[in-house]
Amino acid sequence: MSNKDINILIVDDEYSVRDSLSQWFKADGFTVDTAENATEAFQKFKKRKWDIVLLDIKMPGMDGIEFNRHILSVDKSIIVIIVTAYATVESAVEAIKDGAFDYISKPLDPEYLTHVIRNALEKRELAKENVQLKARLTDLSTPDDIVGNSPQLRQVLKMVASVAKTDSTVMIRGESGTGKELIARAIHANSVRKYAPIITINCGGMTETLLESELFGHEKGAFTGADRLRIGKLERANKGTVFFDEIGNISEKMQMDLLRVLETKQFTRLGSDKSIEVDFRVLSATNKNLEHAVKRGEFREDLYFRLNVVTIDIPPLRERKEDIPLLCRHFLNKYTQSMSKSISDITPEAMEILVNYEWHGNIRELRNVIERAVVVCDEENISSKHLSFPFHSGDTSVTTNGNSLEATEKNQIHRILQQTGWQISKAAEILKIDRTTLYNKIKKYNLSK
Amino acid sequence: MTRSICVIPIEFQDQSLIKSLRRYLAQTFEVQVDIRNKKIDTARAYDQYRNQYHSSDLLKQLIDDPPDKGACKILGLCKFDLFIPIFTYVFGEAQLNGLGALVSTHRLESEFYGGHEDHELLKERLIKEANHELGHTFGLVHCKNAGCVMNFSTYVEDIDEKNILFCNECTAIIKQKR
Repeated sequence: MSNKDINILIVDDEYSVRDSLSQWFKADGFTVDTAENATEAFQKFKKRKWDIVLLDIKMPGMDGIEFNRHILSVDKSIIVIIVTAYATVESAVEAIKDGAFDYISKPLDPEYLTHVIRNALEKRELAKENVQLKARLTDLSTPDDIVGNSPQLRQVLKMVASVAKTDSTVMIRGESGTGKELIARAIHANSVRKYAPIITINCGGMTETLLESELFGHEKGAFTGADRLRIGKLERANKGTVFFDEIGNISEKMQMDLLRVLETKQFTRLGSDKSIEVDFRVLSATNKNLEHAVKRGEFREDLYFRLNVVTIDIPPLRERKEDIPLLCRHFLNKYTQSMSKSISDITPEAMEILVNYEWHGNIRELRNVIERAVVVCDEENISSKHLSFPFHSGDTSVTTNGNSLEATEKNQIHRILQQTGWQISKAAEILKIDRTTLYNKIKKYNLSK
Repeated sequence: MTRSICVIPIEFQDQSLIKSLRRYLAQTFEVQVDIRNKKIDTARAYDQYRNQYHSSDLLKQLIDDPPDKGACKILGLCKFDLFIPIFTYVFGEAQLNGLGALVSTHRLESEFYGGHEDHELLKERLIKEANHELGHTFGLVHCKNAGCVMNFSTYVEDIDEKNILFCNECTAIIKQKR
């Protein structure tokens, strides 16, 4: 940015001061204007945004102190430099308390003025950089995989926008693969806590002891193998958000511990008796019917009510079929870019299959199907021959029978688990689902070695 | 159209400096450089309280009734400690895109900073400051190029660090405006 893009306004009732300073700054190429008093300065403010204001304290009418308060109450980014005579240093200090950047005494030492302006420009640059970094951070944390234009998704996003501004506890409900974590991240990214971390805790994929240690951390020597201090996820989430994924899967003891933490926002590390206070927002997600679990006594009612202040229900993909073409093209674009392939589109015939498919694995399943299609496709468009549905062994016909899909899914998972010797990570990788989902499926289908 | 530069010494006696300055200005700006006398009321510009001379007042007198119907730039040359009311001091003053400029050797002399007299150094500093202030009259603003004579100097040491000449961009602007 050149000096020409920096606007300096000189507000002083003395003509010679306005003229001299104006010449001084013009010689540096700044865009400069002057005002004789606060009234004239206000007029100038209506016409342009001023970056730096050199402001005399003693002026007829509204004095510099009051004018300083007025302009900074409207725009805090303005850099105000108070120009004062020695006799009014106290007033200058008062102006600085009100947010002015610095003050200089008349007559000005050219060296000092140069130094103050240099500092002011540095401050301006840093402030700008800060805004840019924050904007970039927001961009980074805003999930770009939330794609769709259906009324159902728009309703979800409306809810996200409205709850994000509050600090309410939110429970996100939806089938596996509907993007519950993306919604949680969107809530966090649009909340006041966005500059602090969002910590995800996969409650489904951990044993009770492991989950306890993950959540609360432990002191060195707290148990066998605890060879060093470990900071827990709750502590790391301080000032941010904790997202409990698959909350319906936690044990009775963990439910009790968690309830206590949520009520007091205090906990102790394993092996310590020192209480740690934390400030975090709680988001949770489940694909279970927790009301039923409460009725059956499997989930604590008090914890359920504490977690379920606001509910966001994410509809399954089959209930918002109009989003499928948008999602397909979004993932097509994403994978063609990452794999450097030049595939233009999906043929209408292939798109019809994709739209009519039931998508019990929801968006995750659709993403995997498109990723595989991009891998195998060496033509301009993806056609039906490039589509393979893992639970249908190459059959791309539309299946509406949920039971038969479940049976196929169960068999496929069991087969891969046997094939990998029950190595969960490897099996999950082959099945292209995450470990948590695999654990859930094993539990759901009651699979064993 | 600038046909010449008119140097007006104000109670300035050092003829060798005037000659050197004339030669350098002619080479740099590629115009005729004349040395002229003009009656300047220095007492009027003197501020007893500050023991300094008001540079804007001197400049005003310098450009009053200009020779050659305004087709020349005027450079005043003095040894006074110059000020303008808002500043404690100035090395010189110029009218941006205007007719006149003024430079003083007062704060260019090594003796001012407790050093020994150095005539060669003073000559170099004076030529740089004269080029700089005249550059403003050709519409040049301070240049970001550290080596260019139009680079801003806060301290006298900054003057020593920059070149005596204009950078290519500033030279092009001068040629355009000359």
